[in-house]
Amino acid sequence: MEAHAVNPWVAVLYLVAGVCFILALRGLSSPATSRKGNRYGMIGMGIAVVTTLVTHEIASLPEILAAIAIGGGIGFLIARRIKMTDMPQLVAAFHSLVGLAAVLVAVAAFLNPEAFGILGEGGNILPVSRVEMALGAAIGAITFSGSVIAFAKLNGNMSGSPIMLPGRHVINLATLGAIIVLTALFAHSGAAGPGENPLFWVLVGLAFLIGFLLIIPIGGADMPVVVSMLNSYSGWAAAAMGFTLHNTAMIITGALVGSSGAILSYIMCKAMNRSFLSVIAGGFGVESGPAGGDAKEQRPWKRGSAEDAAFLMKEAESVIIIPGYGMAVAQAQHVLREMGDQLKAHGVNVKYAIHPVAGRMPGHMNVLLAEAQVSYDEVFELEDINGEFAQADVAFIIGANDVVNPAAKTDKSSPIYGMPVFDVDKAKTIFFIKRSMGGQGYAGVDNDVFYMDQTMMLLADAKKMVEDINKALAD
Amino acid sequence: MDFVSILSIFVMACFVGYYVVWSVTPALHTPLMAVTNAISSVIVVGALVASAAAGSPAAKWLGLGAVVLASVNIFGGFAVTERMLAMYKKKDKPAPKPGSGGGTH
Repeated sequence: MEAHAVNPWVAVLYLVAGVCFILALRGLSSPATSRKGNRYGMIGMGIAVVTTLVTHEIASLPEILAAIAIGGGIGFLIARRIKMTDMPQLVAAFHSLVGLAAVLVAVAAFLNPEAFGILGEGGNILPVSRVEMALGAAIGAITFSGSVIAFAKLNGNMSGSPIMLPGRHVINLATLGAIIVLTALFAHSGAAGPGENPLFWVLVGLAFLIGFLLIIPIGGADMPVVVSMLNSYSGWAAAAMGFTLHNTAMIITGALVGSSGAILSYIMCKAMNRSFLSVIAGGFGVESGPAGGDAKEQRPWKRGSAEDAAFLMKEAESVIIIPGYGMAVAQAQHVLREMGDQLKAHGVNVKYAIHPVAGRMPGHMNVLLAEAQVSYDEVFELEDINGEFAQADVAFIIGANDVVNPAAKTDKSSPIYGMPVFDVDKAKTIFFIKRSMGGQGYAGVDNDVFYMDQTMMLLADAKKMVEDINKALAD
Repeated sequence: MDFVSILSIFVMACFVGYYVVWSVTPALHTPLMAVTNAISSVIVVGALVASAAAGSPAAKWLGLGAVVLASVNIFGGFAVTERMLAMYKKKDKPAPKPGSGGGTH
């Protein structure tokens, strides 16, 4: 019955698993060591699972193995088939599963505390454990319902635009407050036997609700923050369950994942010059366009052709390519790499510049370029390349908009003011691939780059346009 | 283990996480999310404990359900991370190597 006080080696093995997980993240400091890191992760997971199976009396091994086989098979198939452009949805979906698993484990611990060794004297669940399982269940439930909404928004099952409920801040704060009060009541309640206290169910229900309410007002452009934040939550849920189980592997992992998601959220917010609170409050991008936007539409701009682009880039010494979410939508990464190859064959120095919030999740563009076999040493982060635009002959913008908008540097009234952006306006020539002149980035802001003397607008589907440029380059 | 030693491990691990994650190159932030997803499924340990225990059939089935969910994540998360990491290559190496990981083309 005492599940914790068994062999000390068991605790050591869980610790080893935790260390393997640290090494897994450590490996990601460079692409060269990353795959080794991933192997450490797998080894750590193997150690944790086998240790658990060996040290517990298993009433039904075949059922457990079947459950692992079913889940593992599904996971493996999805991982093989998923398109790289759909990675944000996949990650959101995976987060929701961790969240739901945490809820199920917490409920199981509530119903059968003896198995978890958290039954105190008199047949009551230990008060500390009650707090831990309530936290685990609540964070898990928030992760689950929040991730389901994030998935639906990213996958296009639901509009990416914010849904604003009246009085939502009051509703959200009240719900959060209620969850905290219920946790306290649950811990102090006299009714503390297995499955006895109905407050637990109310608490879990409210947590599902708040996860849903928290994410619906957040717009598509803020999804990188949301996905990172839910990543963090899934870690804290695992950590809370680790406290319940007194399991070091779970606690270390939870802390790692929790900090990882929190740091990514911070990086994303900083890259947009937004505060975390304003993202969580939601509503960004709900305006249909700033005042005077229509008047600006009338300013003169130049339209370029694929042939113009091919000719000018062929003659250039250096070209910097700035991909954005539009490239992912158009699946243009492969033809873009072909274009880069052709230019390099003409002796052009080609570099790719990636903004931290390009795409729908951190690092999304890097994965797509890697998929298209762009070498990672041709891909540069914002601060590393921004000084080079002044010397660049061509800035080639494909599917990005807000991240090249000079208004972020100059216009204090702009919603994206203060966001670090690429200095494309310093390049000699700018090619800007865009579907039409109508749509205006996710922040709903007009972009002065469209109207600059050195800018040529290439109005077409990104993939189609790059294919045409490739043809013109080959001629 | 008493609560304070567990809390100590947790707090230390948060610091380790902080420094390790800051050292991750931004180019690998997507694989970072995928792999953290996979490892946070270590929650499967709790699911196994629940599903292994005799006593409450409801808890057992919930545990088995959680094992399925966590397994999707473990296998899916590590496999998709592996697939992504295999795509990150440096130039000057003959890029197309058959069997070196499955990018969709």
